[in-house]
Amino acid sequence: MELIVQGIIKAFELIISFDPEVLGITWLSLKISGTATLISLFIGVSIGTAVALNNFFGKRLVISLINTGMGLPPVVVGLFVTIFIWRNGPFGFLEILYTPVAIIIAQAIIATPIVMGISLASIQNLPPNLRLQILSLGASRLQMVWILIKEAKLPLLAAVMAGFGGVISEVGASIMVGGNIKGYSRVLTTATVMETGKGNFDVAIALGIILLILSFIINALLTQIQQRQNPR
Amino acid sequence: MKSESLMRIENIILRRGGVTVLDIPEFHVQQDRILSLIGPNGAGKSTLLLMLAGLLKPEQGKLYFKNAPIETRSDLSMLRRNVSVVFQEPLLLSSNVFENVALGLRFRKTSHEEIKKRVQKALEYFGIRQLEKRSARTLSGGEAKRVSLARAFAIQPQIILLDEAFNSLDPPSRETIIDDLKNTLNETKITAVLALHDREETLRLAQDISVMNQGKIVQSGTTAEIFNQPDSEFVANFVGTETILEGEVRSCLDGHIMVSIRGKEIEATGACSIGQKVYCCLRPENIIVSNQAQQKISARNNFEAKVSRIVRQGFFFKLHLDCGFPLVAYITIPSFEDLGIAPGKMVVASFKATAIHIISREK
Repeated sequence: MELIVQGIIKAFELIISFDPEVLGITWLSLKISGTATLISLFIGVSIGTAVALNNFFGKRLVISLINTGMGLPPVVVGLFVTIFIWRNGPFGFLEILYTPVAIIIAQAIIATPIVMGISLASIQNLPPNLRLQILSLGASRLQMVWILIKEAKLPLLAAVMAGFGGVISEVGASIMVGGNIKGYSRVLTTATVMETGKGNFDVAIALGIILLILSFIINALLTQIQQRQNPR
Repeated sequence: MKSESLMRIENIILRRGGVTVLDIPEFHVQQDRILSLIGPNGAGKSTLLLMLAGLLKPEQGKLYFKNAPIETRSDLSMLRRNVSVVFQEPLLLSSNVFENVALGLRFRKTSHEEIKKRVQKALEYFGIRQLEKRSARTLSGGEAKRVSLARAFAIQPQIILLDEAFNSLDPPSRETIIDDLKNTLNETKITAVLALHDREETLRLAQDISVMNQGKIVQSGTTAEIFNQPDSEFVANFVGTETILEGEVRSCLDGHIMVSIRGKEIEATGACSIGQKVYCCLRPENIIVSNQAQQKISARNNFEAKVSRIVRQGFFFKLHLDCGFPLVAYITIPSFEDLGIAPGKMVVASFKATAIHIISREK
């Protein structure tokens, strides 16, 4: 019990004193997961919108695949990304294994189906005649798509939050492709795993608390957005 | 006498899932006229509107706008810029009322001053100037409908297409919106095609009618023509001719004909030949129900009738009468009470010879 109390006290000391290492890890985590989310936003929203707006053979299959992708186990993603960027792998020449870039790739792969699935559903949830209405007012196809995305902006924001929340708290892929190198590819989750292993509970708890705070902020924003959405 | 045709379609065929949903050899929308498409659900009214708006491509056939065929992509965008569509739902964006009404003008890169002027004018047409800054999400159903109509008029289209635009509105707002639409159409002189399923709305708004059934246009004409001279039993039924009787022409002289219906003779007008099998159509509002034969009615169309069924319909009663053949008549509540109408009561049903519309059964 004393261990826990001690750990928590130390943890708050570390956070309040702006410990450079803890701060560095937090900042890197935000940068990596933020970039990965941004990438997933571009790919996810465009493919999600395209699937939602077009009718083609096998659409249902594609939607089920995207929905399955929303629950991709990070460890599996880590495994496949590792295989691909391994020295002898097809992309080995890029030499990005155990770098922040590798983590960004893995996290983007995890977040993209989440963003894609939510944006697909939110565009599909708009009234079906809305696009015809916009086109009939003289919009080009591109203008029409842009307006639909703007109309679905609240659920899309939720998609971003969900994607970001998913990757910042993920450890399996980050540790496998990032290697948890101090000051280089060490992020909040991988550091927590390591410090716990080493018995440095104070640092581990400090990192854990920061992660929890980040998670809380994200979910609070998400809830705020969802509650604001009153049906028309 | 008829004005020039603004839009025309030729030999249009549209199939969906192997089913032909539209099959129209010819269809015209006359310039400066208000045309109503009427027909049962699934008749193809909405599909035809979407096609006229260039939002649905037929498998076969051609669409003409001002005598120019719509073929290329640029033809299509030219068409869309001249046509406004109002759907059943208001389909407003989550911005404010002004921005919603301005949307079509923004796509046209209209100047700011011009947008302001046109939006305010359009809002005035529908009496919603005061809603300009309100968020579209906070509007009532009737207000949202007005905004969607204002949006359609703001772009000053050559033709406006309305798809069942008054559904799901409560009766008072429906009444005022129809009045405002009618005034706006009169003032702007914009050609309109309205898909409607309410006879009363059709009578109030439309100058011309095209009746649709199963993807086909079964009859086109002026409102008076369609309501008074339906050319088939289907149209007669649809426009509310409650009484449709099968008969045979017995005599005809100078446009006056005698038709035998179940052993009784009815006098009517029209050009027929003796022995011809016909339908006699009679609208319920053209039948007078009283206690004695009407002296004022020149023709001999006075029949003793037994009241077989009474249906209350809003502010009047619908009477099913049996005079050897069935008749359906309307009667106001005061007359109903004065005459002491009750099931089984004997009354006299009278109607003019000219109230009967004759349709040939031999087609």
